[in-house]
Amino acid sequence: MSEILRSYEKYFRRNRLPHLWCPGCGNGIAMKAIVQAIEKNPEFNQDNTVIVSGIGCSSRASGYMDFDTLHTAHGRAIPFATGVKLANPKLNVIVITGDGDCTAIGGNHFIHGCRRNIDLTVVLFNNNIYGMTGGQASPMTPTGKKATTAPYGSVDRTFDACSLAQAAGATYVARSTAFHVNHLTDMIAGGFNNKGFSFIEALVQCPTAYGRRNKMGAPAEMLKWMRDNAVMKAAWDKLPDEKKTPEKFPIGLLYETNAVDYDTAYESVIELAGGK
Amino acid sequence: MADRRLMQGNEACAEGAIAAGVRFFAGYPITPSTEIAESMAKLLPKYGGTFVQMEDEIASMGAILGASLAGAKVMDATSGPGFSLKQELIGYAAVAEIPCVLVNVQRVGPSTGQPTAPSQGDVMQVRWGTHGDHPMIALSPWSVRETFDLTVMAVNYAERFRTPVILLMDEIVGHLRENVTLPTAEEIAIYPRRKPTKTRAEGYEPFAPEADLVPNVADFGNGYHVHVTGLIHDETGFPVGSPKVTQESIHRLHQKINRAGNEIIHTEEYFMEDADFAVVSFGGTARTVYEAVSEARELGYKVGMLRLVTIWPFADEAIARLAAKVKAITVAELNYGQIINEVQRAAGGVCPVEFCGKYDMRTFEPPEILDAIKKMCEGGGAN
Ligand SMILES: Cc1ncc(C[n+]2csc(CCOP(=O)(O)OP(=O)(O)O)c2C)c(N)n1
Repeated sequence: MSEILRSYEKYFRRNRLPHLWCPGCGNGIAMKAIVQAIEKNPEFNQDNTVIVSGIGCSSRASGYMDFDTLHTAHGRAIPFATGVKLANPKLNVIVITGDGDCTAIGGNHFIHGCRRNIDLTVVLFNNNIYGMTGGQASPMTPTGKKATTAPYGSVDRTFDACSLAQAAGATYVARSTAFHVNHLTDMIAGGFNNKGFSFIEALVQCPTAYGRRNKMGAPAEMLKWMRDNAVMKAAWDKLPDEKKTPEKFPIGLLYETNAVDYDTAYESVIELAGGK
Repeated sequence: MADRRLMQGNEACAEGAIAAGVRFFAGYPITPSTEIAESMAKLLPKYGGTFVQMEDEIASMGAILGASLAGAKVMDATSGPGFSLKQELIGYAAVAEIPCVLVNVQRVGPSTGQPTAPSQGDVMQVRWGTHGDHPMIALSPWSVRETFDLTVMAVNYAERFRTPVILLMDEIVGHLRENVTLPTAEEIAIYPRRKPTKTRAEGYEPFAPEADLVPNVADFGNGYHVHVTGLIHDETGFPVGSPKVTQESIHRLHQKINRAGNEIIHTEEYFMEDADFAVVSFGGTARTVYEAVSEARELGYKVGMLRLVTIWPFADEAIARLAAKVKAITVAELNYGQIINEVQRAAGGVCPVEFCGKYDMRTFEPPEILDAIKKMCEGGGAN
C-alpha cells in the first residue's frame, strides 16, 4: 500500500524525522509554515532555495528540510546567508534563527543584514528562552519571567525584534504566532515576495524550558495565551493605549517599504568598474 | 611577458587571489592588512566578482564560507585582533570542509599590541587557535612576487583539500614594495572546484571521501540538497552521536592533509652545500637572515639557511635532515619563541638549536643575526 503524503511533506527529509524537539514544542509549526509558504510561491523550489540556520533548537530545522541546507555557528546564520546570496543571487535564501541566536550573539549581524537590505527572508522562532541549553534568559525573555539564569525573574529589558528590524532598515517586517498558523504562513510568504531583507518573528511555545518554569500550563494553554494576547495590526492601531497591556502584542504585517536590495545595488558597482 | 610593476606585498596578494580565481571577498579593515581589502574592492567588480565590507571579522568569515558553499572561490584578510575573532569559524571551515583562504598579515600582539609594527607572533595561533583537533595549512611568503605565488597556491590547496588555508604574511612583506613581473594567466595552474561524480540517484553522499580522502561536496543550487553542519557528521553530512564516526572523521580530516605532506611542505635552502651551521627562518625575517648569512659567508663562516615556505604542516623531514648535517641550528623569528619549539622537536636532539628572537616592534637588522651566527659558529655546536 502506498503511503499518502500531504502535499508539503515532500519538502521534508522524511528519513531525518522524527525531529528532536520536545513534545508540544512550537518549532515544528513554524517549520511547516515555512514550507507551506514555499509551496505557495511558484518561483521557489527545492533546488533553488537554501535554508541557513544558526545554533539552537530552532536552528535544527534546517536538517529536516529537503533543500541545500546550512547549519552554521551560534549567531552567524545571517553572515553565512549573506555570502550564499551574494555569490549566487539566483538562490532564494531563507534564514531560520532563535531569539538568542538572532538578537544576542547574532545581534550585530542582524542589524547589519537589515541595514544592507540584503535579499534574505529571516524567520525568528521566538520561544522567549534559550531552549537548547536548557532555559537561560534571552534578550527576548519578558522582564519578570523566570529562567535558569534569572531564578528570581529577569530584570533585563526586552528587545522588540520587529522594531529593531524596522529601525535598522529591513524592508518587510511581520509577526505571527504558532497559534495563527495560516496567518504565519501568509506572513512568511509575503516576505518571500519582498526583494530585500524580510523579517518575520514567529512566536512559538517552549513548554519545557520556558512555560513550565513560568507556570504557563500545557502547550495548548500556551497556544491559547497567544490567541488571547495577539492583536491583528489593524485592530492594534485602533486600540486605546490603556488597553495595550504588557501582555498584548500586535501581529500582522507591521512595516513595509521599498528600497534597493544589496545585490541590485552591487550590480551598479560591477557596471561602474567595467566588469562583466 | 607581463609588464614589470612596482607593487606592495598586500597588492600582490590581491592580484594573486584574482589570478587564482577568487571571486568573493568579505573583509573588515585592520592595519597592516587593509590594502588587501582595498585592492579587492577595486579589482573584484572588474571581474564580475563581489566585495563586501562586513560589520566585523566574524561576519566576514561567515560570509566567505557561505559564498564558498554557493560555488565561489573565496578569501578574506585580517591581522591579529581580527584573526583572533575568526577562530570559531576557522574550525567550522575545517570540519565542514569548506575551501577558503584567510590572510593574516601579522602585527605585534597580544591584543591591540603595536598596530602598525611587524611581528611573527601568530605562528602558533594559526596552528592551534580554534578549538578541537584539526589540521592546518599555512604558507609564509618572503617577497612581493612570492606573495602572489603563495596566494595562488593557497587558493589551490584550499580547493584541492577542501580546507581553510592561511597565508601567514607579516607587516614586513605586506608593506614591502618591489618591482615584480607577474606571471601571465597561461603560466598559472589553477585547481578547479571539485564536483560530484555521482548523481543523487546513484547514491551520492556529499561527505564520502574520494581516494585522496577529500570529499566532492556539491555547491549549493545544483539539486543535490546537501546538508552542511559544524557538528561531527557522517558521509551523508548529517550529525551522528557515534564514537566510531567521530573518531574516523577527525582522523580523516588530519590524514587528508598529512598524507599529502610531500605536495604541501615547501622549504628553500641557501648556502647549504658545504654548511656546518644553519639558520632557520621564514617570512620577512628570512630576508634579513639571507643578508646576514651572505655576510657571514664573506667572513668565512660555513653557514647556510633554511627557509620555511610552508609553516604548517611543519617541515619535520627537512629539519631532521638539516639537524643530521649541521653542528648547530639557530632559529630566527620575530617573536618570543614559537617555531623554535617545532624545530627543536623535529631536530630530535641531534644538534643544538639556539634562539634568535625579537619582539620590540622593529625588524631584525643583519648585524643582529650575524652576531647570532658568530656565536653559534664559535660555540662550535657544543651546548
Ligand atoms: C559561541 C557559542 N556560544 C554558546 C553556545 C551554546 N548555545 C547553543 S544554543 C544556545 C542558545 C539557543 O537559544 P536560542 O537562540 O534562543 O534558540 P532555541 O534553542 O531557543 O531555539 C546557546 C547559548 C554555542 N553553541 N556557541
